[in-house]
Amino acid sequence: MSSPIQLQPDETFVLNVGPQHPATHGVLRVKMEMNGEYIVDAETVIGYIHRMHEKMGENKTYPQYLMNLSRMDYLGALGYSHGHVLVVEKAAGIEVPERAEYIRAIMVELNRVASHLFWFGAFVMDLGGFSPLMYALQDREYILDMLEAVTGSRLTYCYFRFGGLYNDIDDDFIDAARRFIPRMRKSLIKYDKLVTGNIIFRKRLEGNALLSKETCRKYGASSAVARGSGINFDVRKNEPYSVYPDFDFDVPVYHEGDSLARYMVRMEEMEQSLRIIEQGLDKLPDGPIMPKKKPKLIKPPAGDYYQAVETARGSFGVRLVSDGTKTPYRLKLRSPTYSNMHLFDESCRGMMIMDALAFMGSLDLVIPEIDR
Amino acid sequence: MVTYFKDIYSGLVSLFIGMEVTFKEFFKPTVTVQYPYETLTMTERYRGHVELIENDEGKPNCIVCGLCQRACPSACITLAGVKPEGEKKKVLTKYILDFTRCSLCGSCVESCNFNALEFSKEYNLASTRREDFIFDLLQRLEDRNK
Ligand code: SF4
Ligand code: SF4
Repeated sequence: MSSPIQLQPDETFVLNVGPQHPATHGVLRVKMEMNGEYIVDAETVIGYIHRMHEKMGENKTYPQYLMNLSRMDYLGALGYSHGHVLVVEKAAGIEVPERAEYIRAIMVELNRVASHLFWFGAFVMDLGGFSPLMYALQDREYILDMLEAVTGSRLTYCYFRFGGLYNDIDDDFIDAARRFIPRMRKSLIKYDKLVTGNIIFRKRLEGNALLSKETCRKYGASSAVARGSGINFDVRKNEPYSVYPDFDFDVPVYHEGDSLARYMVRMEEMEQSLRIIEQGLDKLPDGPIMPKKKPKLIKPPAGDYYQAVETARGSFGVRLVSDGTKTPYRLKLRSPTYSNMHLFDESCRGMMIMDALAFMGSLDLVIPEIDR
Repeated sequence: MVTYFKDIYSGLVSLFIGMEVTFKEFFKPTVTVQYPYETLTMTERYRGHVELIENDEGKPNCIVCGLCQRACPSACITLAGVKPEGEKKKVLTKYILDFTRCSLCGSCVESCNFNALEFSKEYNLASTRREDFIFDLLQRLEDRNK
């Protein structure tokens, strides 16, 4: 939205949003230069929760680093672990049994739905609606219970292993997942009625924070941010990995580029994830979840390896440079939110502050994942 | 002008549809648990901090091989043992877990080949003192058997 008043740069003041602010969902600081309620310039300041994950990757052995990945994005942790195990398996030439790969995909998709649910609740709460958060958390709780029963933890899973999984899923899990899918579909209709159709919600988001394709490309945005601006890119489709080619699912793309488009993409992604889970459960092959010869010492041959995966927050890449020893020479983690967030500085100029916060909510930021 | 009123009308309808949802939810059963009056049992695979497994005689299964200590990414485990005269196996004398650093990754449990470590179901662990999270697992095992 363009600002109706003429901005007077000499009459500005600096507003500090964060590092502890409910709207930033984590320890992110945004230094905003304001003219009244309009943003003249903004600068996102990151690094408040930097924990040297990449450096730790160079010091720890491969198996010891497994649990670090789930500490990056605490809402969609499994997607990140998936990227890491895949790149190490590629490097060390470890075969993964088919069943393990299917279970991984099911788990990652469940985790994606959980993550989107939390984003949905938090986003609507940013806009002033509280009940949707409670409903979303209730649905998310079913997923967390399922994941807890299998993996042993609720958020920071350490479930994937090189070559397979920590332990197998049981019939209870399969039953619970099958019961969950229709329930979640019903909930999606409920959210549609309660939020998507709501006139106040729509009026606030339509035309809010238009992002062009070029901006998205320039900053390397992915996930719903790019797909809401008409870029049809999903790593699961464009550079298929794991067992995703076996599944039939669509990539929702909207061309409007506003906050509502980003919202719609994520809401439809949940339905697509449910479809993948359904197919995964149907096709789930029997067999072992670890290769016959469990890889004991992991020492990938020297080389440069890369693997990208589609996490709940966008395309996450792991670049592994091995020098043939027990620890990586370099482990670069390409964080999707890092790119998605940096759009904000440029795009929020001239916006009103409440529009900018709605925009920030639509980006789905998880700060520990940016800082790593 | 007509669209203006149409907008108001459809807007109002959308609000009422939303209210209908919340109204229905109001009469749905409560799903939350009134902690601490009610608690949930932890699932079979729940990961609390690690705990020593004892054998039939109430002694730890551990033979002080030190694999768990080496597998731990955060160096949480300190252990010691002695080899009594005439015995084949070492006997555990000290097993300290520094839970302030533990990430519950499970490397220690997986690395143990002697069925000596397991995850506990402990989750009520709030404290204001750092020392409360340094667990003497051997002591805990003895306390359990008291
Ligand atoms: S669970 Fe992991 S971090 Fe905790 S003591 Fe065991 S190996 Fe160390
Ligand atoms: S790996 Fe098992 S047997 Fe070895 S020291 Fe640790 S607990 Fe004891």
